[in-house]
Amino acid sequence: MSDYNFAYLDEQTKRMIRRAILKGVAIPGYQVPFASREMPMPYGWGTGGVQVTAACLTPDDTLKVIDQGADDTTNAVSIRKFFENTADVAVTGQTSEASIIQTRHRIPEHPLTEDQILVYQVPIPEPLRFLEPRETETRKMHALEEYGLMHVKLYEDIARHGHIATAYAYPVKVEDRYVMDPSPIPKFDNPKLESPAIQLFGAGREQRIYAVPPFTKVVSLDFEDHPFEPARAEHECDLCGADHTYLDEVIIDDNGGRMFVCSDTDYCETRQSAGHRGKFSPKENAA
Amino acid sequence: MTPLLSVRDVRKTYGNRIGCTNVNFDLYPGEVMGIVGESGSGKSTLLNCLAGHQALDQGEVHFDTRVDGMRDTIKMSEPERRMLLRTDWAFVHQNARDGLRMSVSAGGNVGERLMAVGDRHYGNIRDKAIDWLDRVEIAEDRVDDRPSDFSGGMQQRLQIARNLVTGPRLVFMDEPTGGLDVSVQARLLDLLRGLVREMELSAIIVTHDLAVVRLLADRLMVMKSGHVVESGLTDQVLDDPQHPYTQLLVSSVLQA
Repeated sequence: MSDYNFAYLDEQTKRMIRRAILKGVAIPGYQVPFASREMPMPYGWGTGGVQVTAACLTPDDTLKVIDQGADDTTNAVSIRKFFENTADVAVTGQTSEASIIQTRHRIPEHPLTEDQILVYQVPIPEPLRFLEPRETETRKMHALEEYGLMHVKLYEDIARHGHIATAYAYPVKVEDRYVMDPSPIPKFDNPKLESPAIQLFGAGREQRIYAVPPFTKVVSLDFEDHPFEPARAEHECDLCGADHTYLDEVIIDDNGGRMFVCSDTDYCETRQSAGHRGKFSPKENAA
Repeated sequence: MTPLLSVRDVRKTYGNRIGCTNVNFDLYPGEVMGIVGESGSGKSTLLNCLAGHQALDQGEVHFDTRVDGMRDTIKMSEPERRMLLRTDWAFVHQNARDGLRMSVSAGGNVGERLMAVGDRHYGNIRDKAIDWLDRVEIAEDRVDDRPSDFSGGMQQRLQIARNLVTGPRLVFMDEPTGGLDVSVQARLLDLLRGLVREMELSAIIVTHDLAVVRLLADRLMVMKSGHVVESGLTDQVLDDPQHPYTQLLVSSVLQA
């Protein structure tokens, strides 16, 4: 065990964060201000998510960290290492085995359960920010439920592109009350926001925590004549053949060659080990 | 006939300085009232106080709401007042940039008030926006352009369209023709006069330009140093000014 307090933060700080989380859970979608601490990583690398995870973590937990769906990229590796060092908790890559999952930009493909907590890293928690720069005004708009402006953004999308071109951080209304930024997850993941797991959102630089409790109604905003559509690339995964997952496009040579692979690496590997094959899968015993 | 807006004993001070004081008047449906005076006479302060943009120190501003009849808008709760501001009231700023979202297309600007009151059908919103752009003489093919690409006169007309799209009953205008050249002013005034008559709008227009009130206003209030020094029918006040300041004001206008 290291010389750090369990999960890095001191107990008073964790207590303060837990209070913010409880308040957030009590008022789904409401952004609770909290005294965000400086963490040993730069802003934009998940300082908010890390603090929420630290406040939720117990020695018996199993932690999974996702970065854009993957378990093996820089952000995921460094945060997982961070908690291995400071909390000595078990870590896993498998969604089904984790009790706490910290994620950046994705919701796992594997369905979550009531025993799990999903922690999101949020860069800009305020969905109205790009249309209304004043914090005093956006807070008033939330308080008075004046959300017409959010539709102005969607209107602009349709006017310019012919359809709602917002593909990530797609605004949602939580429990018919607060409009919320679901963090930059692809809109493909929006339907999964109605989940049995607790979903917590931490924005470190902006000092906000918000939450979606289990089985809470989450509706993606849209127009009557331009309904919400969760988008995905019209391909199958080239490694596991899945046709229902969110795909990453990977350039593989200089001649326009490309492949599509599941962005959720754990899900893809699980499928491959169950015998599913895609176009680019290694041939079995080809010798 | 009940007045649409009834203002009683309004007073606003900035420390020891008087913004405006002892203002009383009634505005009836379909009536246009002008407020004239020199810079610093308190006319803009008064307008901002009436429209709820500034807190006033004393006084009552009663408005004939559609649902509850006469209500003191000063004592209204904030959600109610903000609702009023985007439905039955409209505010046209002197500088169109203050009243428009410069990064949002013309159609989006006009549609914002519709979406704010719950319209959620893109096609309908767009049709209404195009209809209103047409009514303020902006070509349909400019609907997706941003206001920053518009001329000053077009911006001002866009601001008017954006304000009138929800069919308000009372419009506050702060120097609507300020900063525009005379031919553009003339067209804008013509347009405003048409809209006011057609929609039977009531309006309060603050201006220092006597030609504007001569064209638009039924009644006139002359302000000086925060006090109302003279009021009456527009033609009466302008043709037969009684107060020395009004006489000065009227005689200061160059006869072309």
